Amino acid sequence: MRSLNHILALFRKDLLLEIRQQYTFYGVVLYVASTIFVLYLAMGQPEEIVWNGLFWMIQLFICINAVAKSFLQESRGRMLYFYSIAGPRDFVLSKLLFNSILMVVMSLVSLVLFQMLLGNPLQYFLKFTAIVCLGGWSLSLVFTFLAAIAARAQQNAAMMAILGFPLIIPQILLLMRISGTAFADVVQAGLGQIILLLIGLDILVIALAIILFPFLWKD
Amino acid sequence: MLRQSWWKILSLVLLIITFIAGFLGGVPAKPILNETIRNLYFHVSMWFTMMILFIVSLVYSIKYLRSNNQVHDRYALEFAKTGIVFGLLGLITGMIWANYTWGKPWNNDPKQLGAAIALLIYFAYMVLRNSLTDEDKRAKTAAVYNIFAFAMLIPTLWVIPRLMDSLHPGGMGNPAFDTKDIDSRMRMIFWPAAVPGWTLLAVWITTLRIRLRSLHDIKLNA
Repeated sequence: MRSLNHILALFRKDLLLEIRQQYTFYGVVLYVASTIFVLYLAMGQPEEIVWNGLFWMIQLFICINAVAKSFLQESRGRMLYFYSIAGPRDFVLSKLLFNSILMVVMSLVSLVLFQMLLGNPLQYFLKFTAIVCLGGWSLSLVFTFLAAIAARAQQNAAMMAILGFPLIIPQILLLMRISGTAFADVVQAGLGQIILLLIGLDILVIALAIILFPFLWKD
Repeated sequence: MLRQSWWKILSLVLLIITFIAGFLGGVPAKPILNETIRNLYFHVSMWFTMMILFIVSLVYSIKYLRSNNQVHDRYALEFAKTGIVFGLLGLITGMIWANYTWGKPWNNDPKQLGAAIALLIYFAYMVLRNSLTDEDKRAKTAAVYNIFAFAMLIPTLWVIPRLMDSLHPGGMGNPAFDTKDIDSRMRMIFWPAAVPGWTLLAVWITTLRIRLRSLHDIKLNA
């Protein structure tokens, strides 16, 4: 119960900072918008497979940008303060929660922009939206943990890409596969299995973050 | 135990058996595969060896986090390095094989992709290590990444290949090979000779590298 309070308090702190500074949110929104606009200028309205591929690649870059600063914005002194009042597990869980929500919102924003600029090849919009939420959540979890690792190496975004891209390929592949079913009436063998696998992976990432983050924290 | 020589001799003996019996022994005649089925003794054994070394590296990373002993970090690093070498050898032997059975060395087969991703993950591990200068910090961060990466490697190598269509022997099932393709003659070479032979050789290479690094350190500190 106490740790839940801690997590919520830390989460509120991130949220308040966000609302007051409005730096990440609008920064990332602008990033999303301009990237998709450039894509629109370059490609016009592409066909389904290209649309799907582009969408998930853009998610990947949005995620890196949205999540990258979550550990670097905290100065050493402030980290020490959090350490004394909350403990590493609460801290990382609050970051995971905040980044999950941020990333899901960003994914939905980019989905709307994709619809507006690159056309709408989707047949099952709700299904695709659900997959996007799951995908945004999965990406944010993995990259939040990698941001914690990369923050130790002091060169965040580039390091996160190097560490993260190979790790995320399997999940992106699975997401592209299941989102293919939202474009046309195709039968995807083992659709339920893949979704379960993705959720299982997310739970695994959360568990690993809880176990491993205390080691990253102590200096 | 690692300082004794019996297992090094055993490794050589097993590998000599693998080479002689592997090239001369009988194999079942399968369509398409034909004589390339002998690649099992080399290609598949390389992957077994790589996986075993990565698991050993993982164990040493966990040990490092529990003990903070720099020696464990070095073990984790060197086992991962030798694992990468064997992974590359596995990829190359597989591509030579694919050139003759599939017509092209690279077909974007799920198993080839999984293998390439696994190697990229461990290359990233090396880059991460090089980006940190402080020894303790490097060891700790690398150990955390190693554990995290290994956990993400399991679905890449063990689950996804089972879900996707593949030309690779074993098809959609077992990622390594189809157990129905090989017979008892091949099993008698593969399990007792090829897999332990290559694994022992890899451990031997790793221990040599670890000793070389220790000597290097002694020289630096002297």
